[in-house]
Amino acid sequence: MKWLPTLLRALAFWLLAAFLVTPRSFAPLFSGLAQGTAPAIYDRASLLMLAAQHLALVFVATVAAGVLAIALAILVTRRFGTELLPFARSVVNIGQTFPPVAVLALAVPATGFGVVPTFLALFLYAMLPIFENTLTGLTNLPRDVQEAARGVGMTGWQRLFSVELPLCLPLILAGVRVAAVISLSTATIGSTVAAPTLGEVIIAGLQSNNLAFVLQGALVVAVMAILIHDALFALERHLAVRGTS
Amino acid sequence: MIEIEGVGKSFNGLTAVDDITMTINAHEFVTIVGMSGSGKTTLLRMINRLVELDRGTIRIDGVDNRNVPGPELRRSMGYVIQQHGLFPHRTVAENIATVPRLLGWDRRRIKARVDELLLLFQLEPEVYGPRYPHELSGGQQQRVGVGRALAAQPNILLMDEPFGALDPIIRNKAREDLLAIQKRLGTTIVMVTHDMEEALALGNRIAVMDAGKLIQYADPAEVLRYPASAFVESLVGKAERPFRLLSFSRVADIMEAGPAEGPAVCSDLSLRDALAEMLWHGASSLPVADGNGDLLGRITLEALTRNGAGPG
Repeated sequence: MKWLPTLLRALAFWLLAAFLVTPRSFAPLFSGLAQGTAPAIYDRASLLMLAAQHLALVFVATVAAGVLAIALAILVTRRFGTELLPFARSVVNIGQTFPPVAVLALAVPATGFGVVPTFLALFLYAMLPIFENTLTGLTNLPRDVQEAARGVGMTGWQRLFSVELPLCLPLILAGVRVAAVISLSTATIGSTVAAPTLGEVIIAGLQSNNLAFVLQGALVVAVMAILIHDALFALERHLAVRGTS
Repeated sequence: MIEIEGVGKSFNGLTAVDDITMTINAHEFVTIVGMSGSGKTTLLRMINRLVELDRGTIRIDGVDNRNVPGPELRRSMGYVIQQHGLFPHRTVAENIATVPRLLGWDRRRIKARVDELLLLFQLEPEVYGPRYPHELSGGQQQRVGVGRALAAQPNILLMDEPFGALDPIIRNKAREDLLAIQKRLGTTIVMVTHDMEEALALGNRIAVMDAGKLIQYADPAEVLRYPASAFVESLVGKAERPFRLLSFSRVADIMEAGPAEGPAVCSDLSLRDALAEMLWHGASSLPVADGNGDLLGRITLEALTRNGAGPG
């Protein structure tokens, strides 16, 4: 039965692709949920376009948060940066404790409606899991390996790039995975401040009391989240298998 | 040559190494023995500056080791630790190639050197080169660890309990291999161990440390016959002393002319093994033969007894 999960994932992927490309062919499935003459499929914008914009936003926010969080974790684990650790921790934690909705509300007056406040909320939210995981990885490296890395005459940067980061990679990737999945669902609220995401479909459904819209918006986000989660998880496993002792 | 002069080190006000002066000659195999906390590892790590000394100087071939940047200094010496410290994300070949790569050797030279070392350690390059460390047995990992340390042909090899993680049978084999390699390459070896038996079996000279101080620095026979203190004597173990003394000499050294009954012993055999043979056969003398089986003379229990005796 090892092939079953793979088969289900492939099926989910093709259904998602088919739905995004030709949503109208799925209308009979959703028509029961739409009341009266309301359309069964969201038609105010292309679902494919919305999904692409949704993904792009999540991707950019996660990558930006990743770069900063990893850099920060590296900084505070160097000898000259240890004093910054508590500071960096609290900055990252504040990003996480702030509800994304509050970030949106606070950011809109400064940046205006659209993608930017949403990006900001996702970015702040994605920092913590990536930072914490990178920090855990860098502070829990096997002692003998670190000792050997110094003993063979590697400089600090050589140790970082050829030993420490490669050994942490599975853990860092796990942080990225968590951040990406959280961002995928959180991005939907961006549509309250006019960011083009799949949240638009859900919000339209809530406003017009059209359950079909809500369901299709939520399903597309959920399936994307599952597929991205599994893909990143598989990558982690692949990287970890080589290095496990 | 490594000259250690008046070296000291303290951690948080506690003295770990206290005013040690000793010289390790080129091609020598020196073992530093002591209990945990005796400062032996700290002393070793000050040679390649993994630990910076507080007092005194260490000169490598006449040059103060603080005149060379730390990473560069360490690339010029091999360093082997107990848990081998192989990089788990790199293959065996890549692990061995670490220092040559840091030194910027070209690919072909690195490949040739890696293959040469794998063969030296009885690991088939095509089979073991592409494997990852966790796919090897403990003994193989240890050999790869020594191979990595020797890759850039260092004159000096520093070893910190290199055989501590091996089981006894593999450990003996690993010691023999190391002695053979040292004889062949002429590398100066400084090895830290807590095991006096190991220190006596491997070292040309033995440095006994206790509480940060150098208690005795002498060849194995002298450490056995004239232990510098009660502490050294207890490390050596009273019951084992005569047998250890016997293991430093060969049958050829005390062979005499004359006939003897019984199975011949080889002239290369250590006196300890010869004694075992005599006890086993209940003989007071046995004939001695060379490698080809030609009789050379005899060995007597009386001569053996003289060699196993202390200073009297």
